[in-house]
Amino acid sequence: MARHIVASTSEIPPGGNKVVDVAGRDIVVFHINGEYFALLNRCPHEGAPLEKAACVARLTSPEPGVYERSRVGEMLRCPWHGWEFDMRNGQSWFDPKRFKIRSYPVAVERGGELQKGPYVAETFPVHVEDSYVIVEV
Amino acid sequence: MAVTRIDCDIHPAVGGTRTTLLPYLSDHWKEQVVSRAIDGLDLTSYPPSMPLTGRADWRPANGAKPGSDLAMVQEGAFDQLGASHAILNVLYGAQAVFDPYMAADFCKAINDWIAAEWLSRDPRLRASIVVPMQARDLAVEEIERRAVDNRFVSILVLAQGETLLGRRHFWPVYQLAEKHKLPLAIHAGSQYRQAPSSAGWPSHRYEYYFVEAQAFQAQILSLIYEGVFGKFPNLKVVLMESGVSWLPAFMWRANKTWRGVRVEVPWVEREPASIIRDNFRVTMQPFDAPGDAKSVEEIIDQIGSEKMFLFASDYPHWQFDGDDPIPPHLPKSIIEKMCVDNPLETFARLSLH
Repeated sequence: MARHIVASTSEIPPGGNKVVDVAGRDIVVFHINGEYFALLNRCPHEGAPLEKAACVARLTSPEPGVYERSRVGEMLRCPWHGWEFDMRNGQSWFDPKRFKIRSYPVAVERGGELQKGPYVAETFPVHVEDSYVIVEV
Repeated sequence: MAVTRIDCDIHPAVGGTRTTLLPYLSDHWKEQVVSRAIDGLDLTSYPPSMPLTGRADWRPANGAKPGSDLAMVQEGAFDQLGASHAILNVLYGAQAVFDPYMAADFCKAINDWIAAEWLSRDPRLRASIVVPMQARDLAVEEIERRAVDNRFVSILVLAQGETLLGRRHFWPVYQLAEKHKLPLAIHAGSQYRQAPSSAGWPSHRYEYYFVEAQAFQAQILSLIYEGVFGKFPNLKVVLMESGVSWLPAFMWRANKTWRGVRVEVPWVEREPASIIRDNFRVTMQPFDAPGDAKSVEEIIDQIGSEKMFLFASDYPHWQFDGDDPIPPHLPKSIIEKMCVDNPLETFARLSLH
């Protein structure tokens, strides 16, 4: 696994995402609730681009008519068929073991630390004073 | 007695309101049915003259309705078809009339008549409680009245009623059903509040019967999606005379759809098919499968639970010829389960002794 700098933190606004090519993989990085999550940008069902997915709450219910929302924004709802996935680990709601999106470890580091390496930053000038999103692939 | 074999769906016939039921009606309704000549309330789903409603050899020679004579039913369902026990499901217009008070009194009369003239005369018989779903509170009263009598083993409703069965309106019925271990038996038939097909009125009798499957499918979805089984997890629902072979495609599609739209109904926490396997049962006449063993095996395999199948002849309805009500090519393991274990598990009040 190599560490790839894929964005500066300021590039991805809260609730937004950025699609990056990392070692030939189409990866989408989300910024939700102050955290970053990296997933393969492809629904395991029919291949929909997950950059277009809605970031929704984790919805459960103890009984009909009662809606319990938690981890608001941390679930992805696929734009094509509505399948839901947990951004944190890529697991689907309906069958977490068998259907999941490939997810990748993400870190945020200061430019000053990063310059010590090792990392892969094909296109990124790294500034000491900025923060960066790093994806391990 | 030969082997244990519980027939979960046979049909005794109400001869008439002014004859069969008269002794069991309240004084008010006695007077009303006589003075207003209220009679012949046969469900148009089962007109007595239609061939399906009575196999030729099970029709009384005197022209009475098939299923109206206890001795003939005993001979047919027990001696000829080999049941050791049988559950009586009365299909009569009491379930369909609009006047809720008339419906309630007629249902009560039917249940009293069944208890007095059938259950008390043959210990092999059990019955479903006929209830006026037109008036839920009166249906609840009728269930409470019968709950003390263990010979009543389920609650009978029609596949096509005033509204879908999953709706909250009906939940008090299910609360009581669960409490008293009475499965909800949904039988083919209509109150004719809507067209028999969801797309309108068919032109032919055959279509009326065939599209019942649409109603059963709508009821399964309604009961699951409204959250009935989250609220009443031990409630069992028996689909009677629904046909069986349409289930695999329906279950698969229900799962597929749920994956995408479950946010509409977050209380449905697992795949509809797995809820169907746990909470639904089906009677095995008609089965409606192709005639070859491989197709039958595939259908059973795709349904995915041997617990769902219940032996039934549908006597005196004409579903098959000859003396064997068991559909051909069923695996042996299924036959054993559907004749004894599954009925006993489903109709928990049914004790063999």
